[in-house]
Amino acid sequence: MAGPEQDERSGQPNGTPGIGPDEPVVIVTGAAGNLGRRLTRRLHRDYGVVGIDRRPFPNRPKDVALEQIDIRRNRAENVFRRYAGRIKAVFHTGILHDMRKPASEHYSFNLVGTTQVLNFCVRYKVPKFVFLSSANVYGPHPHNAQFLTEDAPLRGSEGFPMIRDLVAVDHAVSSFLWKRPEIDTVILRPVHIVGAVKNAPSNYLRLRYVPTLLGFDPMVQIIHVEDVVEAMVLSARPGVRGIFNLTGPGEVPLSAILKELGKVRVPVPHPLAKPLLRFLWNSRLTTFPEPELDHIRFICMVDGARAREVLGFEAKRSLRDTIHAAVEAGPLAVPR
Amino acid sequence: MPADRSVPADRSAPADRSAPPAPTPRPAPRRSAPPPPPPRDVRFGGGRPSLLGRLGGLVDEWIARRVDPDDRLKQIQTPTNEFGFDSFGFNRDFVRRALLPARWIYRHYFRVQCFGTEKVPPVGRVFLIANHSGQLPLDAAMILLSMLFDKQPPRMVRTMVERWVAQIPFFSYLFARWGQIVGIPDNCREVLENEEAILVFPEGVRGISKTFDRAYELQEFGLGFMRLALELGVPIVPVAVVGAEEQAPALANLTRVGDIIGAPAFPVTPTFPLLGPLGLLPYPVKYRIYYGEPMRFDGDPNDEDDTLQEKVDAVKAEIQALLQRGLAEREHIFW
Repeated sequence: MAGPEQDERSGQPNGTPGIGPDEPVVIVTGAAGNLGRRLTRRLHRDYGVVGIDRRPFPNRPKDVALEQIDIRRNRAENVFRRYAGRIKAVFHTGILHDMRKPASEHYSFNLVGTTQVLNFCVRYKVPKFVFLSSANVYGPHPHNAQFLTEDAPLRGSEGFPMIRDLVAVDHAVSSFLWKRPEIDTVILRPVHIVGAVKNAPSNYLRLRYVPTLLGFDPMVQIIHVEDVVEAMVLSARPGVRGIFNLTGPGEVPLSAILKELGKVRVPVPHPLAKPLLRFLWNSRLTTFPEPELDHIRFICMVDGARAREVLGFEAKRSLRDTIHAAVEAGPLAVPR
Repeated sequence: MPADRSVPADRSAPADRSAPPAPTPRPAPRRSAPPPPPPRDVRFGGGRPSLLGRLGGLVDEWIARRVDPDDRLKQIQTPTNEFGFDSFGFNRDFVRRALLPARWIYRHYFRVQCFGTEKVPPVGRVFLIANHSGQLPLDAAMILLSMLFDKQPPRMVRTMVERWVAQIPFFSYLFARWGQIVGIPDNCREVLENEEAILVFPEGVRGISKTFDRAYELQEFGLGFMRLALELGVPIVPVAVVGAEEQAPALANLTRVGDIIGAPAFPVTPTFPLLGPLGLLPYPVKYRIYYGEPMRFDGDPNDEDDTLQEKVDAVKAEIQALLQRGLAEREHIFW
């Protein structure tokens, strides 16, 4: 894959192969990620798509331009300069989730990177900014209402300090939503995304022996990655702005999901599970940090009514299909 | 809309109309036919029915024959999804199992007698407002069971449990499987907007922990239920429970001891703590439950407390009247 250093476009100041000189474009950050690829493939028929990612994106559609660059670099602004005036939207999915990376890297990539993109949007008069956050910013908590609305406090990092940068990014984009009324900012907070993705809930459901907490069986919500992509496309409509929880096809107890997937459950008493998981994490034997346990202990469910009413979003896949999608890993996902 | 959550999406719908051109064709293990309906018991992991699972099946069968012969649970209108759960985690199979001991306690231990169950509207949002007594919240359980066993058609009533229950192993999900919700106003509103019935004890811990010298004296009522009733136009059915006071007559309430062990109260009854935990066993009193005519109120839900107090007092007076009637009709505490 050609890197950005080999500038093939020097002779084409106003475009890339596949994107016409006046064609409207959308920018997708994190385009080479599992979700970014799906979004890119969904969008490229309607718009010229410019992906920004430091990772390569092999086998991408021919008309998708990839700028392989770190979003924090000053040179990233060149992308906005090049397409200035015809950028219809920025989809910001380039968020670092790797819990093994140090906090400094998380803050730098997520918060500094996002702020940079927001500043570009102002400078180059992008009319739409769609940010993919997560319902995890609310955090699992025994005092949570059954269905949290978008107005609920973001206490996700209360028991899970490692994700405080993600909460900070959500807050940063929320304040941007109010500071910049001329830009239609959309924040999407989907529930646990499953499908051909790598994230904590999918990795958990892909385990062969699934540990659970003895005596706890919270109701959970999951959503298919394609449904999330669909919601992002719906949010791109002009005039739509605000914060939206995205819910999938319904809610079931964790045990029902594991039962449906035919998993062997290993119940562990929670006073034991915490030190055990902390030990495994410190020994680098697991990808799950200890605070994730709260997600299989308490509820963190959201009310998706706003997305239904304002976005017109409805998850297309049934509950059963969504559950099975978690382990029917496509070619993009990690092997079991 | 909350009902929408439980409605399974149409599997035959063209779900892939928005799918990408799929340059990387997914291996298609998408099952062509829907799998067989999930087995009744979802608590035990593993694919094959375990010994426990089979035992559970036998118990279920027996319950179906003995405890719930006319399948009243099926007549409950709470919508559940393809896995048998509603959005709060209610599940009929869990309730069915719990009915085994519950029905025995209801019919043979407390020999509950109900009056006026038909006054509870068969459908639509409704508050059941009752007096609270007896140290252990068995009055709540008996009201729920009376709506299930002695009302035609049966109606599911939800109660609100303390928030800390969500942190106690097993109770953390069992209360939800049995249809109860965590006591947060948002949850109460959600349930009422789903046109369901909810049982509230406005006296709260003041009522249930009071000593026996104040038996059948209604304590101070909270106002929260009235604000919700005015906001959402919820009719209020007053309910009086006669008998529960005598199941555990408290001579004193050692709140200091309760504070130390983290309990809301520490009652001293003739048998507790004298006989240890066994002393907590409620006495086999006879329960009588009286349902009053539904009451409706109009007004601004954000009125000052004083204005709301008048309306709450009207409900309180109605419950007091039902209590007096029940006490007058009662000939003996135990039968």
